[in-house]
Amino acid sequence: MNTIIFRTIAPFLAALAGLFSVFVLLRGHNEPGGGFIGGLIAASALAIYGIAWGVAPVRRAIVVHPITLAGFGVFLASVSGFLSFFAGSAFLRGLWISVPFFGTELDLSSVLLFDIGVYFTVVGTISTIGLTLEEPEVD
Amino acid sequence: MAGPSYSVDLAQAMVVDTYTPLEWLAVAPVALPMAAGALCLMFRSRGDLAARITVLTLGLLVLLNVGLVHTVVQQGTLIMAMGNWLPPFGIVFAIDILGAVLALTTSVVGLIGAIYASGDIDIGRRRFGFYTFYLLLITGVSGAFLTGDIFNLYVWFEVLLIASFGLIILGGERAQLDGAVKYGVLNLLATTLFLVAVGYLYGLVGTLNMADIALAVPQLPAAAPIGVVTALFIVAFSMKAAAFPLNFWLPASYHTPRIVVAAIFAGLLTKVGAYSLMRIVVMLLPETRDLLADVILWVAVLTMLVGAFGALAQGEVRRLLGFVVISGIGNIFVGVAVGSSEALAGSIFYAVHSIIVMFGLYLAAGAVERIAGTSSLHTASGLYRLEPALATLFLVLAFAVSGLPPFSGFWPKVMLVQATIGAGLGWVAAAILVTGFLTTIAMGRVWLLVFWRDAVNGAPLRSQATPDASRASWMVPIALVVVIVAGIGLMPDGLMQASLASAQSLLDPQAYVNSVLGEGGN
Repeated sequence: MNTIIFRTIAPFLAALAGLFSVFVLLRGHNEPGGGFIGGLIAASALAIYGIAWGVAPVRRAIVVHPITLAGFGVFLASVSGFLSFFAGSAFLRGLWISVPFFGTELDLSSVLLFDIGVYFTVVGTISTIGLTLEEPEVD
Repeated sequence: MAGPSYSVDLAQAMVVDTYTPLEWLAVAPVALPMAAGALCLMFRSRGDLAARITVLTLGLLVLLNVGLVHTVVQQGTLIMAMGNWLPPFGIVFAIDILGAVLALTTSVVGLIGAIYASGDIDIGRRRFGFYTFYLLLITGVSGAFLTGDIFNLYVWFEVLLIASFGLIILGGERAQLDGAVKYGVLNLLATTLFLVAVGYLYGLVGTLNMADIALAVPQLPAAAPIGVVTALFIVAFSMKAAAFPLNFWLPASYHTPRIVVAAIFAGLLTKVGAYSLMRIVVMLLPETRDLLADVILWVAVLTMLVGAFGALAQGEVRRLLGFVVISGIGNIFVGVAVGSSEALAGSIFYAVHSIIVMFGLYLAAGAVERIAGTSSLHTASGLYRLEPALATLFLVLAFAVSGLPPFSGFWPKVMLVQATIGAGLGWVAAAILVTGFLTTIAMGRVWLLVFWRDAVNGAPLRSQATPDASRASWMVPIALVVVIVAGIGLMPDGLMQASLASAQSLLDPQAYVNSVLGEGGN
């Protein structure tokens, strides 16, 4: 896609969607949202950027191979399950701590860590597929 | 903000539920390889690192699983409710002796396979995630052995299936894709049938927890179509286990992937089907099992004989071993069909033995391929002169798989023959013995042709070119398998008692049910 409008808008759109994906991820515990949908939004941000500017700039922008992100996500999710070992509780038990943060209470939890893992897994997997499809075929 | 005034509210979480580190052993066989598999995916471009992570993880897992077996033997069924969502609503892992022993066997075989893979898997396959798939396969198999939830069992089937798809096509050779299609279609069909059966069962009893199902099934009205559900389960698991007449996919696909992949498939995957048959049909649906016992018995006998005759007819070592796997499945099914605790114990013992021996035989076949450059019985020859040690190890494995003393295959056959004669099924005992005899001939034929025979004209021999380092990479794993096989053969008491205890717990799941639902505070 080579229209100048799209090429100009795409980076801003991608950045906005990336930000929005984090927002959706974080509001996910009590309201609609979460790691899966957040990950999909982030993956579509990368896709928009890729369609406008090609695959190589996207690969440069995320530094590591997207499948590495997916691996990191699964690892994070597994680790979040192990946290409850130290609390003497069951595997994957949700643990919560409240931390004051600029005057408000911030609830951090192993559930959030799991959700971040899901986020990375989804981003990684979908962008791996997306970028591979978008890449020109090499013989 | 004035000082750290926040309170970390962990104390409350700690008093709600208490799990000792020992109980965490229940989840280690699943959680550890999954996390390690994810790490391997992150570092897949550094093949050595992934290999080291895999071997270390599986080594640790073997130790933990020894602890798991010990704990289960000491304390009875071990329960871990995921996220502390209690049964019958949450997903539980419920590990009895059967699950623990099979999980230990899985990790041992997995560790040996990982060692073998270091010399067998090239850099390209490592980059495409061999170790990730491998660890995921171990995760799926362990999960299937440990879970106490029937839908969760289905999920683990999917996990191991996806991992096995990845492993079977890794490399993307033409023959591999051909094998993968046969393997994939049949296994997807089986998994779908399994899911349909789970759905029907859930519709009837309204629960997915195995202990809860065991309680609910006897209270069903007489008109409930539980027989249909049981038949569906039997078909699905027979397909997974490659029992006659649904066995043809196995020899058509297992000769295509890398040898260590074929070995781990042959050892573990069919046994997951056989295990699920025991767990679900024997433990949860005992009355309808009695109804269908004759059918299972015929399936078992035909599977044994078809496997043995098929093995005799093959001209290629790997395909031949595929049929030997099938005849072993027939032996395992005999115990399920007879249904007495002695027969089931024989089946369980046979399953453990078969996992280890088939795995070892495939590794040995891989070594033959490497040295002779072929696994065809027509051209591979004269290996005794080159590799007398390999010839000896192969002979031990051949004895073991045929059920000759003093190796591991002897005892389960004795148990099965005793149990079938005790149940008045002399013809089944005869079939077991005939199968053993035919397997002896088939394996003896391999040994005579490949090792004992003088080198045939033009037999390609690569042994001079094989460097010493790679020789150790296959010799050590095969030797380890042989040590285990001989160890079980010479000291079968422990495994025999564990099998008997497992069989009794399958036939009378009261203790299992109590520990799942009782501790859950119902």
